[in-house]
Amino acid sequence: MKKSTMFGLLMLVVRRDLILAMRRRADVLTTLIFFVMVVSLFPLGVGPEMAMLRKMAPGVLWVAALLSSMLSLGRLFSADYLDGTLEQMMLAPQSLSMLVLGKMAAHWVVSGFPLVLMAPVLGLQFDMTGEALVVLIIGLLLGTPILSMVGAIGAALTLGLRGGGVLLSLLVLPLCIPVLIFATGAVDAVTSGLNITAHLSLLGAFFVMALVFTPWVTAQALRISME
Amino acid sequence: MAINWFKYAAPATFYGLAGKLIPWLAVASAMLFAIGLYIGFAVAPVDAQQGEFYRIIFIHVPASILSMFLYMIMAGYAALGLIFNTRLSAMMASAIAPTGALFAFISLWTGALWGKPMWGVWWLWDARMTSELILLFLYLGFIALHASIDDPRRADRASALLAIVGSVNVPIIYFSVKWWNTLHQGSTIKFTGSSMHIAMQQAMFTMMAACWLYAMAVVFARVRTIILERERNTTWVGELSEVKQ
Repeated sequence: MKKSTMFGLLMLVVRRDLILAMRRRADVLTTLIFFVMVVSLFPLGVGPEMAMLRKMAPGVLWVAALLSSMLSLGRLFSADYLDGTLEQMMLAPQSLSMLVLGKMAAHWVVSGFPLVLMAPVLGLQFDMTGEALVVLIIGLLLGTPILSMVGAIGAALTLGLRGGGVLLSLLVLPLCIPVLIFATGAVDAVTSGLNITAHLSLLGAFFVMALVFTPWVTAQALRISME
Repeated sequence: MAINWFKYAAPATFYGLAGKLIPWLAVASAMLFAIGLYIGFAVAPVDAQQGEFYRIIFIHVPASILSMFLYMIMAGYAALGLIFNTRLSAMMASAIAPTGALFAFISLWTGALWGKPMWGVWWLWDARMTSELILLFLYLGFIALHASIDDPRRADRASALLAIVGSVNVPIIYFSVKWWNTLHQGSTIKFTGSSMHIAMQQAMFTMMAACWLYAMAVVFARVRTIILERERNTTWVGELSEVKQ
């Protein structure tokens, strides 16, 4: 067997997970449809006044993105866990953290990135301005990977538990609050003419921190769950 | 003389020690509660700005401080258990969680009761209140994860990891909420009375000590039942006089 490099391994896992996701497109689509539906419910719930909707838009989009990423996190490890692939992955001589990082990346491409692409359309429904939309997209691009990475810890801890989905949200949502605050804060700042670099820098810092720590923590969590 | 530092790290010896300590802690706690409440209600003067309402801080402040300290202690025990694989540490962590959650809840509840007469609202999205609420969520997540895993060893280790991740996140969450709040609105009414009256300080510290002792007594009592449950198949448990009958 050819000895693969760290990066090669990463790409291998990402490719495999993407192929698997493409074989079951319905899973990907339902997450996206859920996102669109939750966002569309808000105007029905709070009334159609445009001024209020414009102010609420970033928060609504972000909360919906948080909820829909919780929805798909349950699938991050469960299929591999049930058919025994995960056990084989843990036996592999390569670093489990790297494997986990690959799975996180694939998860983001499948469930986070479509939300980023969909968000501007939904933002227009809430009458967001062009520059607010740009900041929203940047925030989502930086923030949704963090949701996938932090969520992976919860997914690994709740692997194979009854009621795992609800429990997962209970564990992960409080940890995602900083992302929510600064990503929506950036949009608020740009609409009120303030500087957005502080918000985006903090988001970037969270992203880097998550990138460094979460794969390792998730790998530990998987070892705890699988032993 | 060599001291065996790890003697009470064994559940069997700690069970006996905790059993001996609990009555002392409980009695001391009850007495301090009585003294603290007496000073708080009868001796401490009425506050110039807040009238009688300020007296709720005698329970509110100790509860808030304990809820935060207990999370740190819980995460510390969780880390010990995860690193050194000591059984008692994990048991202590899971024994502390409900008491910590209780104090977080008391802190929020009394805060709301104080907020209504002082601010006119039960709840403000103030930085400290919001982070206390999130702290309560973290406690509940810990308890829920521990409760939903049947295998005690996996439950201990999984919730320990969660507690550690949470403790890394607590400062981040606190500062996020703080900056979020200052971005949204000016700082709310602050408790900036002149230096506290001496009787108020005495009441506060007495209540604080009472709450600490209460927390220790309850945690020890809870950890004793956890020890009995986990070690029920060992011989030393079978030889205990309270188990034999």
